[in-house]
Amino acid sequence: MQFFGGSEISPSPPVPTASGNNAHMMYVFNRNGICLLYKEWNRPLHTLNPQQDHKLMFGLLFSLKSLTAKMDPVNADKGNLGVPQLPGQGCSFHSFRTNTYKLSFMETPSGIKIILVTHPKTGDLRESLKYIYSLYVEYVVKNPIYSPGSPIKSELFNTALDQYVRSIS
Amino acid sequence: MAPVGPRSGDAIFSSIDRVNAELFTLTYGAIVRQLLTDLEEVEEVNKQLDQMGYNIGIRLIDEFLAKSGVSRCVDFKETAEMIAKVGFKMFLGVTASVSSWDADGTCCSIILEDNPLVDFVELPDTCQGLYYCNVLSGVIRGALEMVSMKTEVTWTRDVLRGDDAYELQVKLLKQVAEEYPYKDDE
Repeated sequence: MQFFGGSEISPSPPVPTASGNNAHMMYVFNRNGICLLYKEWNRPLHTLNPQQDHKLMFGLLFSLKSLTAKMDPVNADKGNLGVPQLPGQGCSFHSFRTNTYKLSFMETPSGIKIILVTHPKTGDLRESLKYIYSLYVEYVVKNPIYSPGSPIKSELFNTALDQYVRSIS
Repeated sequence: MAPVGPRSGDAIFSSIDRVNAELFTLTYGAIVRQLLTDLEEVEEVNKQLDQMGYNIGIRLIDEFLAKSGVSRCVDFKETAEMIAKVGFKMFLGVTASVSSWDADGTCCSIILEDNPLVDFVELPDTCQGLYYCNVLSGVIRGALEMVSMKTEVTWTRDVLRGDDAYELQVKLLKQVAEEYPYKDDE
């Protein structure tokens, strides 16, 4: 699903050069809405404090997911209106695009949500998000010192992630 | 998007790093041994093993999902098959079978013919109440809890106690819907 996709009426920011970094920011949430990780590469504008920002992002995804499932014209598996869905129930969106950015989203059945905000001209990032999930598994989940549900502090993970995200074109 | 998971864990099993089976078995044995020394009561050891399994399970689920590419199961039957055919293969190198479904599809048995945890093990008379592999039931419980299924996992047959196979009964208690985690006034 893409919102506002295809329309190039509004001016877009310049396409980044080959050496530049496409990513603006990234969030990782767990099922309880706790922001495990927030990273920023290029975000000149902050309108909210970080806590409100995370909450707004999580709320947006939560509502949008339920909305997309309710609007689904082909799949009967919708759950009842107003009743929270079981994870994996109904369809879900994987990205939306505005004239200034593209938001890519992945949710795992275990409730980990990975969100990457990039330049609007970025292509399909679903495979990239899967790769980021596997980084999370290798560097965070398998780290015995990490206690599940707490913010991620791992240097190794941060470095690997940073390197990978910078390489996405 | 048709999320189709693998029907067997063979491909994943062959592509991930493994440790020597004997090292694994003996390490597990050493842990159980130490727990018996520390906790003295067999019942306490069972509980501790289950708790350890649970803690493993809540992490292991993410590795399972990331490596198997499974995105969702349509019902609990598929979930059980997935555990038996893919999960056990991926993490223990053996395949289990699923049987004894009850009428409403919420309770089944996972049967292990081959169990790498128990090579070299015989229960002495002093440990008759011990569920030696209780870590496994904890793993399944923990992993399923992370994908919103509250389950109860119990051993119904155990070769170490004189049965002919290892049988775990997995009972689905309830599926927890995703809820909006913030309160309005937060």
